[in-house]
Amino acid sequence: MADDQLSLTFAALADPTRRAILARLADGEATVNELAEPFSISLQAISKHLKVLERAGLITRGRDAQWRPCRLETAPLETASDWIRRYREIQRDRFDRLDQEIQAIQRKRKG
Amino acid sequence: MGETEFVIEPGRQDIVITRVFDAPREVVFKALTDPNLIPNWWGPARYETTVDRADVRPGGQWRYVSRDADGTEYGFRGVYHDIVAPDRVVQTFEFEGMPGHVSLETATLEEVDGKTRYVGVSVFQSVADRDGMAQSGMEEGASEGFDRLAEVIQSLL
Repeated sequence: MADDQLSLTFAALADPTRRAILARLADGEATVNELAEPFSISLQAISKHLKVLERAGLITRGRDAQWRPCRLETAPLETASDWIRRYREIQRDRFDRLDQEIQAIQRKRKG
Repeated sequence: MGETEFVIEPGRQDIVITRVFDAPREVVFKALTDPNLIPNWWGPARYETTVDRADVRPGGQWRYVSRDADGTEYGFRGVYHDIVAPDRVVQTFEFEGMPGHVSLETATLEEVDGKTRYVGVSVFQSVADRDGMAQSGMEEGASEGFDRLAEVIQSLL
């Protein structure tokens, strides 16, 4: 996945309403009306969020013109999740090496 | 070996990293600020990091260069705002590959039961900057991660 695709994924996830929509879709397909139900915002606002999610490849929408149910697509999430895991490993490694330096200073002082 | 904890909330422009080191604050402070020791831990392990400049005092400049296996160099620079041994280091941070995207880093050392708790807070100019910097950090090992976001993502999979 290209970096800009990763940016699209993260940008799409950086909003609580969109994360709630994705969490709902993790339980199965839903229509726009069903997705809008728990929120006190307009259908238009929900549609805007869905467009962002669709552009990021996080959801797809059915062809049926009337219902167009939304479906969660997990591939970009898995890529983002892998990326985060690798990133955290790099940071952990860095702090582990800082720890080794600290212990080396301690040993020298005691020795 | 201690646990490195990350707090990176979606939609915010800061990152907090916490780590407990089994050593007095003076020792942790030395490892953090001694220019001779910085190459040993600052950059990613597979890169060779050199200290180009490290004028460790308020107003002093720093510049580190990480070199990958192909010899490609990545420069990072900033200014030390505050150096208060053994309590605190406040500095700016900029990846030269993304000029103008400057973050403010505050490292605080607290003594807890003879150990030292390191709390590092990085504040970026925007949410997009934070996420973007962390992405370039993926390549350069420069910055921080996405812990809370990772949890959100895991819960969706």
